[in-house]
Amino acid sequence: MESKITLAHGSGGEKYRELVQEIFLPAYSNEYLSPLTDSAILEGGGKIAMTTDSYVVRPLFFPGGDIGSLAVSGTVNDLAVSGALPKYISVGMILEAGLEMDVLKRIVDSISNTAEKAGVKVVTGDTKVVESKSADEIFINTAGVMNARNNLGFSPPIESDAAPLGKLVDAIFMNENNIIHAMRDPTRGGVAATLCEWVTSTTDIIIYQGSVPVRPDVAAACRLLGLDPLHIANEGIILFSVPEKCADSVLAALRKEEYGKDSAIIGEVREGRGTVSAVTDFGSKIRITMPNGELLPRIC
Amino acid sequence: MKNSIEDLINAIKLLAETMSEVSIMEVCGTHTASIRKYGIPSVLPGNIRLVSGPGCPVCVTSQEDINMALSIADSEKVIFTCFGDMMRVPCGDKSLYSLREAGRDIRIVTSPMDAIDISKTNPEKQVVYFGIGFETTAPHTAALVDEIDKQNINNISVLNSHKTMPQAITHLLKDECRVDALLCPGHVAAITGSDAFSFVPEKLNLPAAIAGFEAYEILAAILSILTMLKTNRKECVNMYPGVVTKSGNLKALELINRVMEPEDAVWRGLGSIPGSGLRFRDRYAGFDATKRFEIPGNKTQEPKGCLCSGILRGENIPTDCGHFGKSCNPHSPMGPCMVSSEGSCFSYYRYRDV
Repeated sequence: MESKITLAHGSGGEKYRELVQEIFLPAYSNEYLSPLTDSAILEGGGKIAMTTDSYVVRPLFFPGGDIGSLAVSGTVNDLAVSGALPKYISVGMILEAGLEMDVLKRIVDSISNTAEKAGVKVVTGDTKVVESKSADEIFINTAGVMNARNNLGFSPPIESDAAPLGKLVDAIFMNENNIIHAMRDPTRGGVAATLCEWVTSTTDIIIYQGSVPVRPDVAAACRLLGLDPLHIANEGIILFSVPEKCADSVLAALRKEEYGKDSAIIGEVREGRGTVSAVTDFGSKIRITMPNGELLPRIC
Repeated sequence: MKNSIEDLINAIKLLAETMSEVSIMEVCGTHTASIRKYGIPSVLPGNIRLVSGPGCPVCVTSQEDINMALSIADSEKVIFTCFGDMMRVPCGDKSLYSLREAGRDIRIVTSPMDAIDISKTNPEKQVVYFGIGFETTAPHTAALVDEIDKQNINNISVLNSHKTMPQAITHLLKDECRVDALLCPGHVAAITGSDAFSFVPEKLNLPAAIAGFEAYEILAAILSILTMLKTNRKECVNMYPGVVTKSGNLKALELINRVMEPEDAVWRGLGSIPGSGLRFRDRYAGFDATKRFEIPGNKTQEPKGCLCSGILRGENIPTDCGHFGKSCNPHSPMGPCMVSSEGSCFSYYRYRDV
């Protein structure tokens, strides 16, 4: 097998088959994918949740993950916060001619490992190769589909980076008096964007700045680069909006979970006029606004 | 910490009750950003006003320099490297960002030294580093030039737009002083030393405090300024002693001095200020990007009605500008003050009063 991806690998011919047989199938192998039919036939019924997301990150490999693990956990988490039990995903790839085969293999292995830990199967996929400079090494799209969750349903135990989100939702519903008004994993745009999207014209959202759990290393990096932690994309946290009467019980449930142990009540929703603001520990007030465009580190 | 901040606020309030209007200018972009981020104006008494000065390096970079950057970067032979907040600064209908979108190789770096790695993996390209900033970033650029000289690397050059703070402050305030005191930049002073700001009481006859960037550090500096005003003392007090020494970072100063020398520089909104820029000394002049590339003279007018000049001088605040938050916002900035996270307009916009 060649050491680099060439346009021939996307041609649908012999080279393409080689790619599927030697790289994709061994990694993803399962009863839905292996027949290599045009579409995967899945089991399920009732209400279905579906989501899709594309991943174009650079660098491809970064501390704590890579584009492959992100492509799986991002989509699985989107399903988890929609109240769905993730089970099947698709993986579509756009490869730039010239991509090292070893790099592709590492990414595919990472997709396979992350999917296994999250309890999802890669059931269908697609691969295209584009000319050099028409893409940036590799772009991945994943779509996930699954049965919607009943309020008191329990998902099978899941043990990946993606798992905490599903488990946290389950932990809350262990207590049948708990109610969730809204939940979201604040990825791009961070906590600020989610709050700005949540606020309505007749409510205000006020957060207590000192109560937002920010890891010290993240806080330090943000100070250095001139970025606001509330604007930073997260992977692996959830914002819940719950009625005040069950706030303490939801918090207690979350804190019992390994990935929820740092959970905190960070603010409240009041009647108002559609503003999101923060109150600092010493009583000053600032407006929280939607982040704008790409976050650009500052000079000094 | 919470208690000590509340104590500071109370002390400021008590003192302010006995005083008339006080204007304090912060001359550091990071102070501008911190003051807004912590909502400091909302806890200060109404008669204590904070105004921003020319302390955001992106904001004071002249249109001519940005034009040069765009002209150099708009070439397939070049890899242009710069800090992130230069990317979206508009010049006419172009910016480094728009050039990157159109396919030019423009890369955000967090250290000038990144240019060396880039030059080694791209020997067929000319790598250009855009040197921007005050005494805080000038040593890094000087270190880059020193290193490419030592390693004899011939495919890196620097577009040098570095500026120094004391000359600009003096120029701005010596004739017509609109403020009562200065909040001096802790980061710049960490390099220059606190003595470099003794000109504020001596030449400008104003009290000054060198401050750090946390809420309590800024409030403590404001309290010390009010105390000096109340007792009619004109000194430069170092309120950031853990970081700032009297004589500064001698190694960094030696490096700047070896590689660069003062020259006149054009500041956006302020015009040409004698001795406020840094150019490469003759021995290093070969690394000056303006000598390696042909740069067409192309005058771009500043956008009409943009109040940047008044804002950078501390005569206006961003909300005085008719464009603020309307035709000029972070999504489509008219000027650099709305681009950089340290720009007054951006800080005012992001942390608008509640």
